[in-house]
Amino acid sequence: MKISLPGIRKSKAPKKAVAGFDQAKWIRGFSIAAIAIWIFYSFVVDLLPYEVSSVFQKWMPATTVNEALVWVICALGLNIVVGYAGLLDLGFVAFWAIGGYVAGWLMSDFFQQVSIHLGSTAPAAQRGIHISFWGVLVIGGLVAAVFGVIIGAPTLRLKSDYLALVTLGFGEIIPQIFYNGENIGGFNLTNGSKGIAPVDNVGLFGKTLGPFDLDWKYLIFVSLTALMVFISLRIRSGRLGRAWLAIREDELAASMMGVPLMRSKLAAYAIGAVSGGVGGVAFATHVNGVFADRFSFSISIILLAMVVLGGMGNVWGVIVGALTIAWVNATGLPAIGDTFNSTFGTKINFPSYNFLLFGGILIFMMLYKREGMLPESRLKELLHETDDETSNTGSHS
Amino acid sequence: MANSSARFSARLLIERAAASVIIGLVFFWLAVNLLKSPSQFFQASVIGISNGVLYALIALGYTLVYGIIELINFAHGDLFMLGGVFAATFIAVWFGQESPSSVGYVVFFACLIAVMGFCATINVAIERFAYRRLRRAPKLAPLITAVGVSFILQFVGMRWNGSGPKTWNSVLPSGEFVISGVNIQYTTIFSFAVTIPLLALMTFIVTKTRRGKAMRATAQDADAARLMGINVNKTIAFTFALGGALAGAAGLLFQQTRGVTNYNLGYQLGLIAFTSAVLGGIGNLSGAVLGAILIGLVQGLNDGLPIGLGQQWSQTVVFSILILLMTFRPTGLLGKPMIEKV
Repeated sequence: MKISLPGIRKSKAPKKAVAGFDQAKWIRGFSIAAIAIWIFYSFVVDLLPYEVSSVFQKWMPATTVNEALVWVICALGLNIVVGYAGLLDLGFVAFWAIGGYVAGWLMSDFFQQVSIHLGSTAPAAQRGIHISFWGVLVIGGLVAAVFGVIIGAPTLRLKSDYLALVTLGFGEIIPQIFYNGENIGGFNLTNGSKGIAPVDNVGLFGKTLGPFDLDWKYLIFVSLTALMVFISLRIRSGRLGRAWLAIREDELAASMMGVPLMRSKLAAYAIGAVSGGVGGVAFATHVNGVFADRFSFSISIILLAMVVLGGMGNVWGVIVGALTIAWVNATGLPAIGDTFNSTFGTKINFPSYNFLLFGGILIFMMLYKREGMLPESRLKELLHETDDETSNTGSHS
Repeated sequence: MANSSARFSARLLIERAAASVIIGLVFFWLAVNLLKSPSQFFQASVIGISNGVLYALIALGYTLVYGIIELINFAHGDLFMLGGVFAATFIAVWFGQESPSSVGYVVFFACLIAVMGFCATINVAIERFAYRRLRRAPKLAPLITAVGVSFILQFVGMRWNGSGPKTWNSVLPSGEFVISGVNIQYTTIFSFAVTIPLLALMTFIVTKTRRGKAMRATAQDADAARLMGINVNKTIAFTFALGGALAGAAGLLFQQTRGVTNYNLGYQLGLIAFTSAVLGGIGNLSGAVLGAILIGLVQGLNDGLPIGLGQQWSQTVVFSILILLMTFRPTGLLGKPMIEKV
C-alpha cells in the first residue's frame, strides 16, 4: 500500500488543491451560469420565433431543467456517502421519499384532524398542517438526517458489501411503509398508493409560486444546489472530509491514525441524507405532491449511475453526470426516439431502453473508466492500484 | 484498556438481551397462532417450506459465488427470472405444452436440462466478460458492475417477456391431497422431487469430486491454489456455472408452480434469497439451505396466519430480518466468525 495519509489533526491541506477550484471563482462561475439560464428561460425563450422556441420546448423544457436540479441535489448527497466515504448506498431513494413525505405531511391539507399554520401561503381557513416551504426544507433535511443515522448505525461494523445490502433493504422498506401506510393500526399515515397531493405553494418575497412558476422555482432549486455544492466542497477540505477520504482509502489505517470510524461514517450518512431530504422536499413542490410508487429501486440505481458516470468524489463530475442522465431520462430518450422514429418511420420505444442504458453505463464505467468522466485525481490512483493483498478469504463447508 | 473492554462487554450484553427479546417475541407470536388455529399454522408452514426450497436453489448461487470470490452477485436473481422466462418459452411456446400429459412431463425434464444449461452459460459469460476483469479491483467496482449486469438482464427480460406479468398454464398435475386437514399440492411434491436430488448432486460435486476440492481450495486462498496447479479461472467459471444451473432450475420450478413470469421478479426473489444466504451464513452451503427454508417459513407464516402482518408487508418482514441479522449476527446462523485480514 502506497497511500500517504494526510495528518488528520494538524496539517492544513491547501484548499485550492483539494477542492480543485478556487472558492470565489466557482461561486462566480456558478452564479453566472445559473443566472444566464434563468434569464434565458424567463425572458429570451418568449422573444424567440416559434420555430426556435418549440425546439427548446422539445429538447430542453424548463420543467426538465428543474427536475434535473433535484437529481443533482440528491446525487451530491449520494456522492458524500459513496464518493467521499466509500460506503456503497443502494437505498438512497429512502431519503428522497422521506423528504417528499415530510413535505406532504407538513405542507398540505392531508391531516384534516388539525389546523396549524406557520408562515405558509395556504389560506388560513384550510385545515391540515401548513408550514412555510423554507421551514419544511429544514425539517425535511433534519428528519432525513435522523433516518440516515438510524440506517447507518447498525451497518457500521459491516464490510462494504453487506452494507450495500442493508442500505438496499432500507431503501425497500421505507417506500413500502409509505405505500402500505394507508392503514397503520387504523390510522391513515400516508394515503397509500394515492399519495398526498397537492402540496402548498412556495412563498418567495411575497409571491406565491404554484406548480407552474417554473422560472422562479428554478432560482430556488439552483440556490439549493449551490448550497449543496458549497457544503460538499467545504466539508471535503475540512477535517471531516479528510477523515472520510482516509476511511475510503484504507479503513484500518485510518482508524490506526486516530480517525473516529463510527462518528465519521455516521456523519457521512447524515449529511448525505440531508441533501436527499432537501431534494425530496424540492421534488414534492416540483410535481405538486408525493406518490409512493415513484420511489422505486431504480431511482437509487440512477443516482448511483450519475455519481459513477461523473466521477465518484468529484462534485463537478457528479453535477455533470447528474445533469446528463437526468436529461436523458426525462427528455433525451423520448425526444431522440420521436426524432428517430419520425425520420426513419420506425416505431421503436426509446424510453424502454433506459434499463439497458443505465446498466450499460455502470458496467462500462467500471470496466474501462472507473474514475468517471471528470475524475478526482486521488481516487484515480486508488482505483488503479493493483491490490495484491486482496486475496480470497471465504470458506466453504 | 480495562475501561474499553468493560464498555465492549456492556455492549455485548445489550445486544444479547435485545436479540433474546426479539427471538422471544417471535416465538410468542408463533405460539399464539399455533394455539389459535393449528390447521392454519401447518398449512402456512407447508406453503412456506415449499417456497423455502425454491429460495434455497437461488440462495445457493449467491453463497457459492460469494464463497469463492467474495462478490455479492446482484445479477443472480435476474438470472433466475430469465430462467423462468426461458422455461415458459421452451414449454409453452416451442413445444406447445400447456396441460398435464405424459408428453408434458418429458418436455418438463427436457426443459430442466435446457434451462440449467442456458442459465449456466449466461452466468459463465457474465463472469468471463465482466467480473473476471475486476477480480483485483477494489470491492466497489465489481459490486457496481453486478448491479449494472442486473439491470441489463432485467432489460432482456422486459424485451422477452413484456413489461407486465404473464401467466402460464402448468404441465404439472394441479390437484392436492389432504393430510389431517392440511392441503398439500402435487406441485409442492414435484418441486421437492426436483430440488432435493439437485441439492444432493451439488453437495456431492462440492464435497466429493476433484472439481469440488479445487473450488474449496480456491475459496480458501486463490493464490496458493494457483501455485498448487489449480486452474483458478476455470474453477471460478465452474462455480458460476453451478450457481447459474441451480438458478435456472429454480426459474423453471417457479414458472411451473406459480405460473407467472415477470421481468422484475428476479429482483425481489433475489433479495429474499440473498437474505436467506446471509441468514445461514454466507459462503456456507448447508447454511444457505437452512436459511432459505427458515425465510420461506417466516414469509409463509406471516402471509398465512390469522395474527400476522399480512402479505403486503411480506417484503418488509424479510428485509427487517436481514437488517436485524446484520446488526446482531452478521456471520449468520452457521457462519464462522469473520477475521479481518490486514
